[in-house]
Amino acid sequence: MEKIIEVHNLSKNYKIGEEKERYYSLREEMIKLAKKPIQWLKGEKTSKKDFWALKDVSFSVKKGEVIGVIGRNGAGKTTLLKVLSKITPPTEGRAIIRGRINSLLEVGTGFHPELKGRENIYLSGAILGMTKKEIDSKFDEIVKFSEIGEFLDTPVKRYSSGMYVKLAFAVAAHLEPEVLFVDEVLAVGDFKFQKKCLEKMSKVSQEGRTILFVSHNMDSVARLCNRSILLEKGRLIMEGPTPDVIEKYTGLRKGIGPEINWENPIEAPGDPYVKLKSVRVLSKEKRPASKLEVSEDFYIELTYWNFLKGAKLLPCIRLVNNEGVYVLSATNLPSVCSEIDHWYDRPCPEGLFRCVCRIPGDLLKEGHYFINIIIGNLAGVIDSFAHVYEDQILSFEIIDKKNMHKEHNRKILMGVVQPRLSWKTEYQEQSSSLLK
Amino acid sequence: MVEIIIKPNKGFFNLDLKEIWHFRELFYFLSWRDVKVRYKQTLIGIAWAVLQPFLTMIIFSIFFGKLAGISSGEIPYPIFVYSGLLFWNYFANSLLTASNSLIAEQNVIQKVHFPRIIIPLASTFVFLLDFVFSFIVFVGLMFYYHFFPTLTGLLLIIPSLLITFFGISGLSLVFSAINVKYRDVRYALPFFIQLLLFLTPVIYPVSILGKYQWLLYLNPISGVIETIRTGLLGVGTINWFAFGFSALISIVLFFLGILYFKKSERFFADII
Repeated sequence: MEKIIEVHNLSKNYKIGEEKERYYSLREEMIKLAKKPIQWLKGEKTSKKDFWALKDVSFSVKKGEVIGVIGRNGAGKTTLLKVLSKITPPTEGRAIIRGRINSLLEVGTGFHPELKGRENIYLSGAILGMTKKEIDSKFDEIVKFSEIGEFLDTPVKRYSSGMYVKLAFAVAAHLEPEVLFVDEVLAVGDFKFQKKCLEKMSKVSQEGRTILFVSHNMDSVARLCNRSILLEKGRLIMEGPTPDVIEKYTGLRKGIGPEINWENPIEAPGDPYVKLKSVRVLSKEKRPASKLEVSEDFYIELTYWNFLKGAKLLPCIRLVNNEGVYVLSATNLPSVCSEIDHWYDRPCPEGLFRCVCRIPGDLLKEGHYFINIIIGNLAGVIDSFAHVYEDQILSFEIIDKKNMHKEHNRKILMGVVQPRLSWKTEYQEQSSSLLK
Repeated sequence: MVEIIIKPNKGFFNLDLKEIWHFRELFYFLSWRDVKVRYKQTLIGIAWAVLQPFLTMIIFSIFFGKLAGISSGEIPYPIFVYSGLLFWNYFANSLLTASNSLIAEQNVIQKVHFPRIIIPLASTFVFLLDFVFSFIVFVGLMFYYHFFPTLTGLLLIIPSLLITFFGISGLSLVFSAINVKYRDVRYALPFFIQLLLFLTPVIYPVSILGKYQWLLYLNPISGVIETIRTGLLGVGTINWFAFGFSALISIVLFFLGILYFKKSERFFADII
């Protein structure tokens, strides 16, 4: 079979200069501004760091293959798709693609809130590269797929987010490129619709189309892709059958044990103001452990350096399960804590801090979990204003050694969590009296 | 079969007309969207297109025509200033919108590939609609003041619009591309356009500048306004030299704009 995508030593470099840093106050911003001419006069250059979002990535894809692209946040998956779909040029290397490309990096690209559903089908279709004739011929099919029915002539700003996503995906699903790049777009929408989209996409590949598919959901990667590539810090570290690559990926985290530690703040993750020092998973006995008993309490501990005097920090732990679903978020916001953390909303001096969060037993189900660490600032929204944002920094496993859940048919225990809940059945009436 | 080669930018000039041709319908769809959205959720809708130049005409007539006493020759000042505003408004509004167009579409630019040049070019078309409506008012004014257009004047409407379009496109290709990197354009441009109004024969005739008239013609819109005013109102003779010069300048601006735009286009998604 001929190679439809050939990628040779593709690299993409971003210069991270001072401007890219977030400013915390107008005062600091003004000081920096005032320093600039002085630095310029002295001949100092603003420090610019090289950041390789992609480095020497090479692989090839045959016609009709569906390739999964796996990796942590910031591993370069989206950058790879952006370079291949010509949104941004590479710094080095080259790629050859033999066929018409379409990329689906976001649901609803080009939608205008004021326009009706019908009008947005045409607008979005045209932006994604369809001709009016193509849209005309597929219009009914798109409407049917989207399930929006009578809302076709309603402005999309009045849609529920679910309807919006469905309509947007319906347009995209009817693109007919020879090569399709899909980024994490299936993470939205309800489960039934996600399944429908997956089915539509696998049908696309049976028709001989080639797909590069990025997802955090290992389940859908495993279902859709025979072969996958694994990216880590911009490099391609593995290419092969999907089950092997997924195993390597989860193993990357599993292998590092129950703790991770940085001795030197310069190398530690974080921005110049806050650096992560360590993250540990501790068993009931407060010993580092990577396997935890389902019925027992355990602890997640994190330590960090604060270099920003007076910062009001908001540390947050998020647990993600094997399917990429967020299971829970823990932080010191009073509304979600059992007791008030007295460092909440209090200016921190410079120095080292330690937080411990207790996760009760009989809550999480058996399986692998990943820990995300975010240290935000109360000055802003947590995700867009985070000092530290580390995705899947550690993993642990919840096991059921004592066979807590094995007593009965486990198929009945569906769901993301399995807390131990109170349950009481009462005998209320004799059945013979019911028949009368 | 198409073969797409992706490699680092070598900096050579490549307009890629084939690709622009492939996306030709996007010109239409983006303009169509702008027209559709333009007066959504407004009370008087398209009447704004008429009201704006009409009210401006009244205010200018009072302040410049009556109080300042600017002489407009044989032409009554209201219709004199309106004939100038006709093209000036098209020029100023389009230039402002087109220069901010890339930023307005930043989300799309980061997510989908298509020739970026379509965005600023398509965003100028919506103001043609405004132009048509304010032109209808102009016809009404001509009846009111008993002016009759010359045939040459009528024939020059389309070429004048083309010159204006090329001028706007050239300038807005440069400004919109700079705007991607330095948002200063967003703040500086309205100010710059305001000043430019006084360097354009909208509120005064070219003749008041005496021997420095040529300075005005560096601005391509000046020649267009003078020519249309003379041609449509049938007063005086058309300055063909000025008209030709406007055409030349706007075409030069257009090509310079394309050159600059293509040079910076590849990195839009990274720095926007």
